[in-house]
Amino acid sequence: MSTPHQTMTSDHAVDHAHDIDRQVRIYITVFVSLMALTIITVAISRFHPPVAVAVSIAMLVATIKGSLVACYFMHLISEKKLIYAVMALTVVFFVVLLAVPVITHNNGFWIH
Amino acid sequence: MEIPYTVELRRDTGLNNGKIGIWLFLASEVMLFGALFASYILIRTGSPNWPRGDTILNVPLATFNTIVLISSSVTMVMAWASLKRNRFGTFRMYQASTVLLGGVFLVVKYFEYSHKFENGLFPSTSNFLALYFTLTGLHMLHVIGGMAVNTYFWGPGAKLWKTNPDWFTNRVEHAGLFWHFVDLVWIFLFPTLYLL
Amino acid sequence: MSQTTGTVAAPGAHVSHEAHHDEMGFWRKYVFSTDHKVIGIQYSVTGLLFLLFGFSLMMLMRFQLAYPGSALPLLGKLLGDTRMPGGIMVPEFYNELGAMHGTIMVFMGVVPLAVGGFGNFVVPLQIGAPDMAFPRLNMLSYWSFFLGGVTMLASFFVPGGAAQSGWTSYAPLSDIAGTGQTWWLVGMIFLITSSLLGAINFITTVIQLRAKGLSFMRFPFFVWTQFVTAFLLLLAFPPLEAAGIMQLMDRVAGTSFFLPSGLVVSGQVVTNAGGGNPLLWQHLFWFLAHPEVYVLILPAMGIVAEIIANNTRKPLWGYKPMVGSLIFLGFMSFIVWAHHMFMTGMGTAMAAFFQTTTMIISIPSVVILTALIISLWGGSIRFNTPMLFALGFLPMFGIGGLTGLPLGLNVADIPLHDTYYVIAHFHYVVAPGTIFGLFAGIYYWYPKATGRKMNETLGKIHFFGSLVCMNVIFMPMFLMGLAGVSRRLFDGGASYAFAQPVLHWNVVSSWGAWTMALFQLPFIFNFFWSIRHGAKVGDNPWDATTIEWAAPSPPPHGNFVTAPQAYRGPYEYSVPGAAKGFQPQFEA
Repeated sequence: MSTPHQTMTSDHAVDHAHDIDRQVRIYITVFVSLMALTIITVAISRFHPPVAVAVSIAMLVATIKGSLVACYFMHLISEKKLIYAVMALTVVFFVVLLAVPVITHNNGFWIH
Repeated sequence: MEIPYTVELRRDTGLNNGKIGIWLFLASEVMLFGALFASYILIRTGSPNWPRGDTILNVPLATFNTIVLISSSVTMVMAWASLKRNRFGTFRMYQASTVLLGGVFLVVKYFEYSHKFENGLFPSTSNFLALYFTLTGLHMLHVIGGMAVNTYFWGPGAKLWKTNPDWFTNRVEHAGLFWHFVDLVWIFLFPTLYLL
Repeated sequence: MSQTTGTVAAPGAHVSHEAHHDEMGFWRKYVFSTDHKVIGIQYSVTGLLFLLFGFSLMMLMRFQLAYPGSALPLLGKLLGDTRMPGGIMVPEFYNELGAMHGTIMVFMGVVPLAVGGFGNFVVPLQIGAPDMAFPRLNMLSYWSFFLGGVTMLASFFVPGGAAQSGWTSYAPLSDIAGTGQTWWLVGMIFLITSSLLGAINFITTVIQLRAKGLSFMRFPFFVWTQFVTAFLLLLAFPPLEAAGIMQLMDRVAGTSFFLPSGLVVSGQVVTNAGGGNPLLWQHLFWFLAHPEVYVLILPAMGIVAEIIANNTRKPLWGYKPMVGSLIFLGFMSFIVWAHHMFMTGMGTAMAAFFQTTTMIISIPSVVILTALIISLWGGSIRFNTPMLFALGFLPMFGIGGLTGLPLGLNVADIPLHDTYYVIAHFHYVVAPGTIFGLFAGIYYWYPKATGRKMNETLGKIHFFGSLVCMNVIFMPMFLMGLAGVSRRLFDGGASYAFAQPVLHWNVVSSWGAWTMALFQLPFIFNFFWSIRHGAKVGDNPWDATTIEWAAPSPPPHGNFVTAPQAYRGPYEYSVPGAAKGFQPQFEA
């Protein structure tokens, strides 16, 4: 089942056993971090901070958790430039989509 | 002529076709859920009163579900790692666990939804509930889709391991990317709907 | 190691297509085919049929507009008493025709032909690939489109008829409209899915399957246009899908995403929870629909570019600025959408923002059009049918583009919004614009697909007739719009005093439309007749330089006997000092 070394068939720098072991250790670390962050975000919400603070903290924690999943489970941290480029472009449009409608038709929320 | 780079990596991009394909698909999914989040923002900011998530929804149950989904992401990536380590049996165990955990998520959602319905809380009742049901409903459809794909690779699809193990490993990786994305969406959905 | 049948497969490859292609029955070969050429033809034929149907809907509308309240002879009786009692069109039917004309032309006609048809057939050939990266996904895309089309057609037969809230389906009207609107939403979900899957395929194919030596800056311009278009489809469609899901929830589950509080319909208070925002629908709709207009134009620009280079026997002028403009245009298209919403009460800051981005986005369009025009200078022009349509495209797109400028300015838009001026503007870009580009492409690539050329005389009749008629139809609409006549009026403005001086233009436009239908007959005849009777051609009847002309006409399954290679740029025509008048990209 071993492939000839001339053609690249693995997506990562090496797929030798000890590198997978290292990967697995990272996965476990990320898992524990995700659990902890989940507990933290729920615990903070129990204090019912004011909305703006609550939103900021919750989104910050979610972003950290999401980044861990993306970077390590989805291997984004070691992905190729093309994938980065596509996702970066997507994120730009994602932000535009989230921000512009509410800024445009603010219902009194933002400044006109 | 064969279609190249189904498994072999193209030298200048360093990628195979399926990897690009799945990331492009995920990009479109980011925009899909993005539109729903944008809708949530516009409707909530335009609303005079908006209930805090925990006053209507069951936070402990959803927290449990969050842990379930994150765990399923771990088992998913471990399934792929097992294939890289040439341990097919371990792969099947992790893959089955992923599907099972997905099933647990669905069961919990079933209880959540039916409890709402029993108490006369429907999507039509308020915009909070409309957004809740639509967002979690669409997410749930993605969970089901992911489970179907993962079940296929655990079951009949696993035949490919014998004839083309590299391709099979890649396909499991790509299915895993979708599954992690489903988890990622929930990581944002959970605080947005339940905690804020 | 491989247990598969057929030729021995190297690790990582799968069974040779050639080996088992012969064993496939009729259905797998021609109906549920995974071959990009078959799929391209399927998209093209289906798309052309829908274009004809959408055009027919408009011809019906044009009778009402020219002769409001008159009975339509013959056909009027056939359309039944609900829609045309005594042969006279009721307003609801007019609205049904209007909404479905727009929907069908955009989503079931132009895009499937331009992207699904031309994109699928030509792109793999032009980049020297054996097929698309995901052939089965490609087949799925076509059948999803087909299902969407069938759903849309079927919606005419549901109680209350098809969608009637404009192709834009604005809330709250669309929320409370009849069953046909629900069918529209379901149809759109199929159509959107088709485009999304197709986009994934195009992007992956262009990046991964291009031939050796075919760098991005050696791509034919057509490949670039399809590449950028695919990104537009990939990232802009999902928000409309989300909006469609929310509108379905409003209509079927009683939610109020787009229903404001206190809505009163026909004197009855709407009992939904309310608190929704109709403008949310508009934002999500236009977030897609603005990039969509670039989806409509870019493939046509690509086709025109190929044909101009080929028939001037010289390279395109300004290839690099054209490519840069394309990419810039694609990006900008995502941040201009609310110029469709200037009248919704947005503040001056956001109006200024959208006005500015809209003015900026006109620049790359102008660059591309100017480069195409300058490309003609000093050329040895061959006036064959593809070239005539390509040349016709240039001034028509010029008119369409320039007339868009006042619409993109917040203040100038105020008197023009939702008038016939808008209709004229966008039809100029799409009808004598894109559709001329697509006609050009059909005449140009027909020999590659069939091994025969279409008849030139019939083609010229088709061209000159269509060119004149397009202008007869749409030019007067600028005048009507400037006079203040609103769009979507079922009597064409007849009940407004200020419209009286310009009403006669309705008659002119209508007769232009019906005459244009006549000039399509030579094309339809030519299209089918030439399959058997057209002049036979070899691989490269146009003496062209791009890689698709290396394959046989028509290409076999797998396209190329040996993998082609690109040795130079795409438009090496009349190279000084070269032995031949043109040097194909694929010849060593």
